[in-house]
Amino acid sequence: MSASVELDHVTVKFGQFTAVKDAALEIRGGEFFSFLGPSGCGKTTILRTVSGFLEPTDGAVRIAGQDMAGIGPNKRPTALIFQNLALFPLMSVADNITYGLRVRGMSSGERARKADELLELIALPGQGKKLVSELSGGQKQRVAIARALAVQPKVLLLDEPLSALDLKLRQHMRAELRAIQQQVGITFIYITHDQGEALTMSDRIAVMSDGVIQQIGDGRSVYDAPDTAFVASFVGENNAFAGQITHADADSAVVQTDFGPLRGRNPKALKPGDRAVLFIRPEDLIPVTGAADSTLSSYVTNVSFEGNMTHVYLNGQGAREISMSIGRQGGTDVPQKGAVTPLSYHASNAIVLPEGTMARE
Amino acid sequence: MSSRLFVILIPLIVIAIFAILSWRDTRNNPDPTRKGFFDRNGTVLGLVFIALVGFWMLFLVVLPYLYMVVESFHPKLSPSKRGGPDDVLTLMQYKSFFIEPLSGDMNTIHMWAFGYTIVISLIVTALNFAICYPLAYYMAQTGTARKVRLLMLALIIPYWVNEILRAFSLRLLLASKGLINQMLMGVGLTDAPIDFLGNNVGLFVGLSYAYLLIMVFPLYNAIESLDRNQIEAAHDLGAPWWKIHRDVVIPYAKPGIASGCTMVFMLSAGSLAAPQFLGGPNTLWFTSVVYDFFFQSFNWPRGAAYAFVLLSACIAFVMIVLRLFKVSLGETIK
Repeated sequence: MSASVELDHVTVKFGQFTAVKDAALEIRGGEFFSFLGPSGCGKTTILRTVSGFLEPTDGAVRIAGQDMAGIGPNKRPTALIFQNLALFPLMSVADNITYGLRVRGMSSGERARKADELLELIALPGQGKKLVSELSGGQKQRVAIARALAVQPKVLLLDEPLSALDLKLRQHMRAELRAIQQQVGITFIYITHDQGEALTMSDRIAVMSDGVIQQIGDGRSVYDAPDTAFVASFVGENNAFAGQITHADADSAVVQTDFGPLRGRNPKALKPGDRAVLFIRPEDLIPVTGAADSTLSSYVTNVSFEGNMTHVYLNGQGAREISMSIGRQGGTDVPQKGAVTPLSYHASNAIVLPEGTMARE
Repeated sequence: MSSRLFVILIPLIVIAIFAILSWRDTRNNPDPTRKGFFDRNGTVLGLVFIALVGFWMLFLVVLPYLYMVVESFHPKLSPSKRGGPDDVLTLMQYKSFFIEPLSGDMNTIHMWAFGYTIVISLIVTALNFAICYPLAYYMAQTGTARKVRLLMLALIIPYWVNEILRAFSLRLLLASKGLINQMLMGVGLTDAPIDFLGNNVGLFVGLSYAYLLIMVFPLYNAIESLDRNQIEAAHDLGAPWWKIHRDVVIPYAKPGIASGCTMVFMLSAGSLAAPQFLGGPNTLWFTSVVYDFFFQSFNWPRGAAYAFVLLSACIAFVMIVLRLFKVSLGETIK
C-alpha cells in the first residue's frame, strides 16, 4: 500500500524566519523521491511537516488526498527514520522493531512472529534478543528500517539515515534501500545533502536552496539540464564562468567571460545584455589537440590521480580555477603540472543560465 | 570500656579489609594504563588528600555514628556509673521500642509513630514525584531556555529562606484564620474554616514543598540527557503521550527517579521542623520522639536505638526501591 503526498503551496515559518517557501509538488504513490540541498535549505523542515511534527504556516499537506491538518505524527500513515536512527537503547532489537505494533495493542505472540518476519527481511535472522548497542552501524540502520516498516506505513520518510556510515557501507546501503523500496512498494521520501545518494536512488529529485524548491526532475535532467545556477553548481561538480551575453539565438548564447567569449546552450532564452553564467562539467573539458568549438587557455596547477579518473586543476585568465577530469577510456594524455594547456569543449555540453545564487564550495 | 574501644578499632579494621579487597582487585584485573594514586598526585599532595579525606570520613562521619551505635547498646547511666559494673552491653533500648520497660505493655505509641512516619513519608514521596516529574520533563525537554531559567530561579530562590521560617509562613497561610481560609469563606466556598493543619494537609504541603528540589534535580538531570529523537520516534510510531512516558522516558530516567525518591523519602522520614510546626495535634513524628529522648529526657542510649530503628527502615526502603527499579547504587549517584 502506497500513497501519494501532495504539498499544496506549503510555507513554514519559525517566527520571522521562513524555512520553507511556497513548496508545491506532488509525490506519486510508490515513488522514491529525494529532497536534495545543503544543510539549512529547509529539506528537514519539509520532512517534519509531512510526518506531522510541524504544521505548515500556510498551505496544506495531503497524503493519499487527505488533508493532514491537525493530525498528529502518531495518527499519520507515515513512518520516519531519524538521522541518528533514535533506536531505543533499553529495548532489545525485537522490541525496537515491534514497538509500533505494541502501542497498537498487538499480542506478544503475534509480535514475536512479526519480529522474526522483519528480521528476515533485513537479513538479521535470529538476532532479535540482542541489545541495540551490540549491533554494528549497518545493522542498526537496518533495524531502524524494520522498525519503521513494521507499522506498515504508506509513506516512509528518511532523514539522511546513511550519513553516519562509512563510504563502502553507504554505497552498499543505497542499493539495499532501493531494493527494499521496490520490495515493499511504498512511497519513500528521502532527505539528503549528498547528491550521489539522491542521483543513484531516486525516481525524482527536488533540489532545494534557502527554503525554495529550485527544480524537480529525475536525476538525469537535474544533472544535465539544470534550471538555475544553484542547481548547476550544487549537483555534481561544475565550472562556472560568469559574464554578459553578447550574442544569443534560440539554440545557443555566447557569454563574454574572463576567458573571452564562450558558447553554450541557451535553454532559458536569455538575450544579449543579460548577466549569465556558463557552466561546463569537468568531464566535458578536453585538452586541445586539433580544432575545437571554443577554447580556453590555461596552465596546469595540480594533477590528482583518483583511480577511475584523473583530476586536473588549472588556472586561467583572472587566476580562475578550473577543474577537469579525464577518464581512463578517453585515450587522452594527462597534461603535466605546469604545462600550458588550451582546453576545449563541445558547446552542446555547456549550458548558459541566468545569474543567481550559487552553492557554496 | 572495652565496647568503646571497638569504636576506634572497627573503622580501622574495615579500612584494612577494603584496602585488601582493592589490592586483590587490581592484582586480578591489572590495568596497565592506570597510574597509581601517588604517581598522579605526587607524594606530598597524595598524603594530604588521604589525611584530609580520612579525617573527614573517620572523625566527622564514621566515629560519631559508631559512637551512637555503641551508645544504643548500653543502659542509661549517670556519668559516675559509666564504665562501672552496671555499664553492660544490652538490647534493652531496642526492646523498649516494642515493649514499654516500666509497664511491660506493648509500646503502641512509638510503634504507631514509626509506622505513621513511614507511611506519610511514602505518600509524600509519591506526591513529590507526581508534582516534580511533569515539571522536570518540561524543564528538560519542552521548555525554552529562557523559561527554564526563570522556572529554576522560581524554584531555587524560596530555598534561601530557612526551613523554620518557611514552615511558619505555611502555617500562617493554612491556619483557621489564615489567608486561605479567609479567601475561601470570602468567596463563599465554605462557611466554617477548614482545619488544614488538623487534618494534616499542612504536613503534606510542607513536606512536599521542603524537598521539591531534591526530587526535581535528579529527575531533570536524568531526563535532560534523553535524546529528543527517541521521544519523537515513539510518537511517530504511534504511541500516545502516556505510552511515550511509560515506555521511553521513565525507563530512561529510572536512575534519577530512584535517586530522587530515596532521598526525598529519607529526608522526609527524618525531618523535624515541618511535622512539628505543620502537623495536626494527633501527629507524632518519629523524629520528634528521638529528639525528645535526646533533649527532654536525656536518654541518649534509647534515642540512639530509636534513631537506628528509623535508619534501618530507611536503608531497607532504599534497597527495596533499587531492587524494584533494577538500578545499582552507583547509578543513582551519577
